[in-house]
Amino acid sequence: MTELDTLEHQLMADVAAAGDEAAIEAVRVGALGKKGSVSELLKTLGGMSPEERQTRGAAINALKSRVADAIGARKTVLRDAAIEARLLAETVDVSLPVRASPAERGRIHPISQIVDEITAIFADMGFSIAEGPDIETDYYNFTALNFPEGHPAREMHDTFFFPADETGERKVLRTHTSPVQIRTMEAQKPPIRIIIPGKTYRQDSDATHSPMFHQVEGLVVDTKANVANMRWVLEEFCKAFFEVDGVTMRFRPSFFPFTEPSFEVDIQCDRSSGPIVKFGEGTDWMEILGCGMVHPNVLRAGGLDPDEYQGFAWGMGLDRIAMLKYGMPDLRDFFNADVRWLSHYGFRPLDMPTLFGGLSA
Amino acid sequence: MKFTLSWLKDHLDTDATLDEICERLTAIGLEVEEVDDKAAFRPFVIARVVSAEQHPNADKLRVLMVDTGKGDPVQVVCGAPNARAGLVGAFAAPGTYVPGIDVTLAIGTIRGVESRGMMCSEKELEISDDHDGIIDLPDDAPVGESYAAYAGLDDPVIEINLTPNRPDCTSIFGIARDLAASGLGTLRTPKPPSFEVEGETPVKVRLDLGGDGHLCPGFALRIVRGVKNGPSPRWMQQRLLAIGLRPINALVDITNYMTFDQGRPLHVFDAAKVKGNLTVRRAKDGETVLALDTREYTLNPSNIVIADDNGIESIGGVMGGEKSGCDGNTTDVLIESALWDPMNIARTGRSHGIITDARYRFERGVDPEYMVPGLERATELVLELCGGTPAEADVVGYRGYSARAVDFPVSEVKRLTGLDVSSDESVDVLTRLGFTVTGSGERVSVAVPSWRPDIDGKADLVEEVMRIHGVDKIRPAPLESHGAVNGRILTTLQIRSRLARRALAARGMLEAVTWSFIPKAQAELFGGGAASLSLANPIAADMSDMRPSLLPGLLSAARRNADKGYGDVALFEVSGTYENDRPEGQRRVAGGVRRGTASLAGSGRLWSNATRGGGKPVDVYDAKADALAVIEACGLPMGNVQIKPGAPAWYHPGRSGTIRLGPKIVLGTFGEFHPKALAALDVSGALCGFEIFIDAMPEPKKKATRTKPALDLSPFQAVRRDFAFVVDSTVEAGAIVRAATGADRKLITAVNVFDVFEGASLGEGRKSIAIEVVIQPTDKTLTDEDFEALTARIVGNVVKSTGGVLRA
Repeated sequence: MTELDTLEHQLMADVAAAGDEAAIEAVRVGALGKKGSVSELLKTLGGMSPEERQTRGAAINALKSRVADAIGARKTVLRDAAIEARLLAETVDVSLPVRASPAERGRIHPISQIVDEITAIFADMGFSIAEGPDIETDYYNFTALNFPEGHPAREMHDTFFFPADETGERKVLRTHTSPVQIRTMEAQKPPIRIIIPGKTYRQDSDATHSPMFHQVEGLVVDTKANVANMRWVLEEFCKAFFEVDGVTMRFRPSFFPFTEPSFEVDIQCDRSSGPIVKFGEGTDWMEILGCGMVHPNVLRAGGLDPDEYQGFAWGMGLDRIAMLKYGMPDLRDFFNADVRWLSHYGFRPLDMPTLFGGLSA
Repeated sequence: MKFTLSWLKDHLDTDATLDEICERLTAIGLEVEEVDDKAAFRPFVIARVVSAEQHPNADKLRVLMVDTGKGDPVQVVCGAPNARAGLVGAFAAPGTYVPGIDVTLAIGTIRGVESRGMMCSEKELEISDDHDGIIDLPDDAPVGESYAAYAGLDDPVIEINLTPNRPDCTSIFGIARDLAASGLGTLRTPKPPSFEVEGETPVKVRLDLGGDGHLCPGFALRIVRGVKNGPSPRWMQQRLLAIGLRPINALVDITNYMTFDQGRPLHVFDAAKVKGNLTVRRAKDGETVLALDTREYTLNPSNIVIADDNGIESIGGVMGGEKSGCDGNTTDVLIESALWDPMNIARTGRSHGIITDARYRFERGVDPEYMVPGLERATELVLELCGGTPAEADVVGYRGYSARAVDFPVSEVKRLTGLDVSSDESVDVLTRLGFTVTGSGERVSVAVPSWRPDIDGKADLVEEVMRIHGVDKIRPAPLESHGAVNGRILTTLQIRSRLARRALAARGMLEAVTWSFIPKAQAELFGGGAASLSLANPIAADMSDMRPSLLPGLLSAARRNADKGYGDVALFEVSGTYENDRPEGQRRVAGGVRRGTASLAGSGRLWSNATRGGGKPVDVYDAKADALAVIEACGLPMGNVQIKPGAPAWYHPGRSGTIRLGPKIVLGTFGEFHPKALAALDVSGALCGFEIFIDAMPEPKKKATRTKPALDLSPFQAVRRDFAFVVDSTVEAGAIVRAATGADRKLITAVNVFDVFEGASLGEGRKSIAIEVVIQPTDKTLTDEDFEALTARIVGNVVKSTGGVLRA
């Protein structure tokens, strides 16, 4: 065994023995560093004859190359092992729970969601949204809507009153959203197409009546709008709102002071499966809204000539259609702010009702 | 309004089935609310007891063999005391549901003897309360036939939900007239009453109403002498019972029968109990009357009464008096048929809480032209059922009916409904309903019949034609499209309300809808409680005042949830509050509360709370973040928003703030709550809340273009420098941030407060605030000298404006 063989043997043994990156670096310095054993050998080449250099030089360089390769290979192995060890040490328990995103915990109240759904539908038919105050004058709530003073129909409204002021006038909590019809006609010339969602109040309380509830009202006034158009609007609305392919609706002549002719509208449904009502099928009828042609006296109160302008209006309970669509059993729960109810019946903030994405998921 | 099928058929000749009649009623606007077809009675048959033997094992029971008219007699065990051989009664076979005991019969064994059915009592059939024995029919009752048919109990009862505009259909005759007009049969016109009268009615009527004659526009009175007032005949009793009226005696029953049959309320006085003549007048203040319901009413001058020398005998058109009522001893009867003012009747009935069939009709409007014919018909019925001799009627005050004429362009039907109805058909419908149409062609004059006070214009006539012609004939027709893509339809306020809702929900809060009215004490505590916002007739004492703030309702809701074991709640509401009773006094507010540990990061205990946040009691900064999130979502420029310490009295004075925009606009408030406010609301626990006045936000400036401003990205590296200042502990961090920012508005792009420290090492009343200043060079890399100069300006500004020192 030559001197080179011995050195190589020794170095290869050192490489193999190096247990970490520092050890292998020490081996590299000891062999290939400035004063390393292989580097020292290379320095001897200068004092050799050309022939000697040719053979011995080549041998030393070959040795250097093999040692360098071995060190490089060992380094890679050791680095990988070190990474492995670090990763192992860094391992955590991914089964530990994390918090739900706030957007997942938060909820929109069904009333707000339904208003957005209705807005999406009627916006498509060219309607805008109108609003008005909860505290109304007797004039806007009754007189302008053709409820004569002392008329029994006023009694049917179970009105909340405020104390009379110095002029003897008593303000009321609006019993319906209809005052906004008059306010709109006063403010805007036809054509009018508006939807009026809002709070309404009547002195009444049980599972289907609440002293505060919500209505949505619609008003169309132009020079042509008639009962046939109203049927179309309401049928299109019900189909879109209840998200069914078709609905059968029954218009029954009825009476409201502010419309003439007036109708109550029933929708055909299946109520055989308990509290869940299915629309677009079945043989039962369920009353869903009231409507009619705007009474000439109401048009006059809005400053319009009933021989020139005509139109129709309708109204329905927002809470009620929410209950029909989404199955809440008791109206009073809407206003209790019970977090269990809100979490269950409420909607996620990113569930935005649109026509292009569907009203409800 | 209730009636039976056979009663209807007295006036309507028709082959239509019950279903067809009901369907048509609903279709023409007389909505059928309920139909009782009496099917429940069908299984009960007339049966004869062939033999009755003592039960072998029970003293009080008998074993009957019953002939049901079908097959061999069946064995029935019966406990009725009147069960005997030969009795004819009502039998129910096994499988029959017996309503009075709520049981479906089965073949049973009673004390060891098999029983195959039941002989029933009236109570078991829910005909009456009689349970003394089983039904005992005359011997000739047809065995095997339906008991209900024999007893007249199979007459279906129909109840319609009558709208207030149709007084004409408070009578069965009127309903028949409507049905006949719609083509469902022919109206039977009754033979006019005819009888001989003898002498005059000795009791005279005087209307003493001064100039208010409209309060009693007619009064007709007749005496019938020598009547015999016993029970009314079975057919009349059955009809009255079927619609829920209790038979009293023939005279009273006749008035009730006429009320429903003809919509003509009547009153009968026992002539022997009437002293002197009758006067129709206003009641005197405090005058009392014992009415037929045996209650005493204290009246006032707005009530119209009929009085004699004894005092008040009747509250006109509402309820008769007990004193002069008719009973079995009555021999001479005074029959009253009068007219009253609808509004006055409604007010009188309402103010005394009296609901009667007479009031129901008079407040809607009774046919004036039927006042006298109604008296004639009632007289005829009295003569028929009670005998006697009628006198000439005394009729006062009635001036006859002059029909309103409505000018009716027939094309109105098409204009308002879209229906193509020929002119002839329209005229025909109106004529069938009793209108008198004159003229021809496109424009006719329509005279309104006396029984239709609800008709006063063209639109009313359109409704008549439409409902009789058929609403279902109107085909839906699309509303004309505007012919363009819709633009924005929501107002800024509506858009901001929606954004506020979604933004707060996205922060993990639950949207609530709470009452607009709250307890007075709470309203006062939160700056409200004005008399003009206090309901005169609240539904409950704690729902009395319009809320001045969303917070009391939300705080109470948080308490209710905590009481149920859900203490960590984050609730918000976007709705109205009320500053005054005018439209502009109604504000649009987004408010919210967080309770317990319900912070944005999350509530409750979790392994990661210490390192990752969440689970800590909420405080003023949670509320501030929510409040600012609303403002940000609504698109306000946050740079102009200022936070001032302190908020209204219901907040913690040292842990609350007011958010302003410029000097004038208050955008909202936030903070923890004053312990006194919480105590008054009976709420406890860590709580914070906010209110943002969405309606106070200015409209965004109209932009000329949708293009966003050009983005100038600096190629030079941004640099961060940290500073710490020791300041007096009253100095606001915001002041330091403003001062630092002001050092160079171009280069300094952000100043972040990253540490606040108070400790003994700084000395009493001192604190250290550390800020990181982000410097973004724009046109060159800054030199050391540049930095030094900038640093000096930052420190100088802060020191000058806060009196602090740079921390060593």
